[in-house]
Amino acid sequence: MQFMLLFSRQGKLRLQKWYVPLSDKEKKKITRELVQTVLARKPKMCSFLEWRDLKIVYKRYASLYFCCAIEDQDNELITLEIIHRYVELLDKYFGSVCELDIIFNFEKAYFILDEFLLGGEVQETSKKNVLKAIEQADLLQEKTENMYHSKSFIGYKKAY
Amino acid sequence: MPAVSKGDGMRGLAVFISDIRNCKSKEAEIKRINKELANIRSKFKGDKALDGYSKKKYVCKLLFIFLLGHDIDFGHMEAVNLLSSNKYTEKQIGYLFISVLVNSNSELIRLINNAIKNDLASRNPTFMCLALHCIANVGSREMGEAFAADIPRILVAGDSMDSVKQSAALCLLRLYKASPDLVPMGEWTARVVHLLNDQHMGVVTAAVSLITCLCKKNPDDFKTCISLAVSRLSRIVSSASTDLQDYTYYFVPAPWLSVKLLRLLQCYPPPEDAAVKGRLVECLETVLNKAQEPPKSKKVQHSNAKNAILFETISLIIHYDSEPNLLVRACNQLGQFLQHRETNLRYLALESMCTLASSEFSHEAVKTHIDTVINALKTERDVSVRQRAADLLYAMCDRSNAKQIVSEMLRYLETADYAIREEIVLKVAILAEKYAVDYSWYVDTILNLIRIAGDYVSEEVWYRVLQIVTNRDDVQGYAAKTVFEALQAPACHENMVKVGGYILGEFGNLIAGDPRSSPPVQFSLLHSKFHLCSVATRALLLSTYIKFINLFPETKATIQGVLRAGSQLRNADVELQQRAVEYLTLSSVASTDVLATVLEEMPPFPERESSILAKLKRKKGPGAAGALDDSRRDTSSNDINGGVEPTPSTVSTPSPSADLLGLRAAPPPAAPPVPVGGNLLVDVFSDGPAAQPSLGPTPEEAFLSELEPPAPESPMALLADPAPAADPGPEDIGPPIPEADELLNKFVCKNSGVLFENQLLQIGVKSEFRQNLGRMYLFYGNKTSVQFQSFSPTVLAVQTKRVAAQVDGGAQVQQVLNIECLRDFLTPPLLSVRFRYGGTAQSLTLKLPVTINKFFQPTEMAAQDFFQRWKQLSLPLQEAQKIFKANHPMDAEVTKAKLLGFGSALLDNVDPNPENFVGAGIIQTKALQVGCLLRLEPNVQAQMYRLTLRTSKEPVSRHLCELLAQQF
Repeated sequence: MQFMLLFSRQGKLRLQKWYVPLSDKEKKKITRELVQTVLARKPKMCSFLEWRDLKIVYKRYASLYFCCAIEDQDNELITLEIIHRYVELLDKYFGSVCELDIIFNFEKAYFILDEFLLGGEVQETSKKNVLKAIEQADLLQEKTENMYHSKSFIGYKKAY
Repeated sequence: MPAVSKGDGMRGLAVFISDIRNCKSKEAEIKRINKELANIRSKFKGDKALDGYSKKKYVCKLLFIFLLGHDIDFGHMEAVNLLSSNKYTEKQIGYLFISVLVNSNSELIRLINNAIKNDLASRNPTFMCLALHCIANVGSREMGEAFAADIPRILVAGDSMDSVKQSAALCLLRLYKASPDLVPMGEWTARVVHLLNDQHMGVVTAAVSLITCLCKKNPDDFKTCISLAVSRLSRIVSSASTDLQDYTYYFVPAPWLSVKLLRLLQCYPPPEDAAVKGRLVECLETVLNKAQEPPKSKKVQHSNAKNAILFETISLIIHYDSEPNLLVRACNQLGQFLQHRETNLRYLALESMCTLASSEFSHEAVKTHIDTVINALKTERDVSVRQRAADLLYAMCDRSNAKQIVSEMLRYLETADYAIREEIVLKVAILAEKYAVDYSWYVDTILNLIRIAGDYVSEEVWYRVLQIVTNRDDVQGYAAKTVFEALQAPACHENMVKVGGYILGEFGNLIAGDPRSSPPVQFSLLHSKFHLCSVATRALLLSTYIKFINLFPETKATIQGVLRAGSQLRNADVELQQRAVEYLTLSSVASTDVLATVLEEMPPFPERESSILAKLKRKKGPGAAGALDDSRRDTSSNDINGGVEPTPSTVSTPSPSADLLGLRAAPPPAAPPVPVGGNLLVDVFSDGPAAQPSLGPTPEEAFLSELEPPAPESPMALLADPAPAADPGPEDIGPPIPEADELLNKFVCKNSGVLFENQLLQIGVKSEFRQNLGRMYLFYGNKTSVQFQSFSPTVLAVQTKRVAAQVDGGAQVQQVLNIECLRDFLTPPLLSVRFRYGGTAQSLTLKLPVTINKFFQPTEMAAQDFFQRWKQLSLPLQEAQKIFKANHPMDAEVTKAKLLGFGSALLDNVDPNPENFVGAGIIQTKALQVGCLLRLEPNVQAQMYRLTLRTSKEPVSRHLCELLAQQF
């Protein structure tokens, strides 16, 4: 996979992940062009299209479009299910995920994606394993956060 | 897992995001962002040291601002600081920032690499994974240089956690894709293959991707993966839908892994081992069988996953192209999908069937679906599906159904979407030519094309019809009659006028007997269109008129009158004016005989690839026209028309190794006229398919040269005429002699000279290059008085024409190499010469003086364009710079000559300092074009130069810089 874009029906980019080196300018150009192309398509149309020398696979979930660019020999249907699995992962993590979750917790959306896809290839397809990795990280975070808070709490007491 | 509470409580971030969302206008948003940026900047610059949490929060805000589409030019240092935090979330945000906003500030890269190094060494799997993700996300060369050697170790270490192995595998894959030279093959490769046996499905999933990529370049090293992949696949395919637990997706066991394994197997031919092959065929059959079973779930995810495997299986079957039974089954399966209610499946079935159509085993089976496909072309509501249907019709076309398919495509053309009209036109033109039984049908079809979609009929198409009519005398009368009739239409397309003008000028005499199309009638018909046409067409018509004077002396007076008219003789367009003047003079001065000689009928065109096919290929990228590349299907080739009938005195004969249609021998387009401004570069630097600079065939000369490009004999990678001679295998070639590099350097800026000389032998070289093609003459001179025996010069990895095995004393033999540059390259091909002299074997390996700059095409451009391009190529990797001492006297004229010899254009008035040299050019290779800009700054006082190269392709910059720096 060369890149993945998430954008809203209004054309606002919500997440971008690039697996090939491109300049910022190029990325913006591609994004603009693709968002336009995909939004112009009608609902019943097929989920694949040829674009430049790539294949675009996209699917809409509620207000959000998930759009992947794959290479010529890549499998379109399995890419469609990559999108779905990612949506499932987000859904499981956030609990009925919606666009707002991704806006406000964009960093989490990136972390989950990194556990699932790396360098444009599927790394781990097991929902359990992906979420375990993220949960572990969250646990680590809470631990450190707690330490942090209790420390300041003690400091505060001392000052008294 | 509870929602929301897991937010790491960055309240400030959430508030900021809400603020942005509440902004009513773009201006308000920008204002809010600028305020925040100012705030963050002051915090970062402030005297008070920020704690990790605040740093994380601000870095996160910057990230958010960046993702909104704004530029961020600070905060990198703070992000780097976060990397070394021992708090996981801080580290994580630091890495995220680096991954998204890589800035190759060299100072920072060192710090980042240091942090990564520490985390990789930490033995904490979570930290290791973070570091690996970061490398995989950035994937830059610097990171490759720092870590490419370590990651294989982590990948195969016995004590690495599974998750670390997974990340390491894909991280390595990304580095390998970016800079394969940095990843050393070694003992670890064997162990990587064995990861296919790993207990952990996730590890296998990640490893297969890596292996697939590695084995493409080193197929032999990874051969053992075939049997392992087959047994893994077989276990998955035969497992029950619940066996694999969390790796089962909607009742389909391990779909991603299955697809990847099938993909891996497509890197190899069918397994040689009968047992392995048997097992694999069983797998493939099982997949095909399962497709017939009732679905285990109504969910689309179930059918998608299942069909993803099915399509990949079919791809593998097509790739093997050796199991007729499976091919036919695959075709039947796809046939079912053609009428499926899911648009996605119809689309994929059409696409996949396209490749099946080119297999001799399934071509007939595909043809049975013609009605369904035609129906799809007419009724599908999605243009991308219709496009696939048109592709499939094109692929399944053969002599038996050509008329039906061509007429359906013509009908479709009337309503086709504008975006795909040109392609349909090309396809119709190709099919009509290829399967024409009688050429009157062909002529009708092309004229229909012009009538229906004249705007989309490119030059190639109408040139081609002229070539064919010129070469086949059985159709010339018919063609003249038909164009004459077509021109009667009150409004006809300009392309029709062009074709009509040319054909009547050549063959109008064949219909002149009929009073309805007598010479004066023909002339007035053409001339009635004249005033509405473009300059190019008018120029062509003027040539027709002078031909008429020769063919029909009775029209002479009328035509001279036309030529003499002020609107011609004093035409503002210089081309038209010149033609009018010259033709008028020619017609008055020349005797009938001279006129008849000058304006003799055009000789037949040499047989060669249809230029249309080349055009389609260019348009669709390599492989697109492949469906018609019948090397597999039509072994007898009696089913197709091999281009134009060969004429006895053909200039070139296609080599037997060329595709039937000579696809590889795409004739180079006629040399682009003097580079116009920076236009050419625009194409090179833009990412779209490199558009051919269109050549207005205004002058007759250009028109002809386009029709008759020099036919390269049969360029393959780099070859002399392939001769079935038993050349010594490339492995016999020794390493180049120590002074090979030095010898090579002599030829960077020039094309001829003595390549090598010792007491026995002198090798001279003379070469010429144009676009991505070159021809090189090597002269081997025997300096002794004794005959050399078994004389055999070979160019590595290339078949060369044999030269005489004996070279007499004092004699010289010559060898010709045709060279085609397929893509950019760094190392020149090797030339190995061996012979026996007085009983002792002599051998010698040299570097052939072919360096990438030979394929330079100079480009002129104005200062402004130059600087704009220069700025566009501002990625650090795109630039290469060298500061070096002058090795030769610093003479401006010599330098200029060297730079011109190097191949670039020299641009004056670009650099503010007139002492400096600025150049531009395009490196032409078959696969791509690389735009190059260079600047050389001499410093006479210091006897130093500074050389800077910027190109659109990073290794090319460095390579050119190194090559050129040695010249001064």
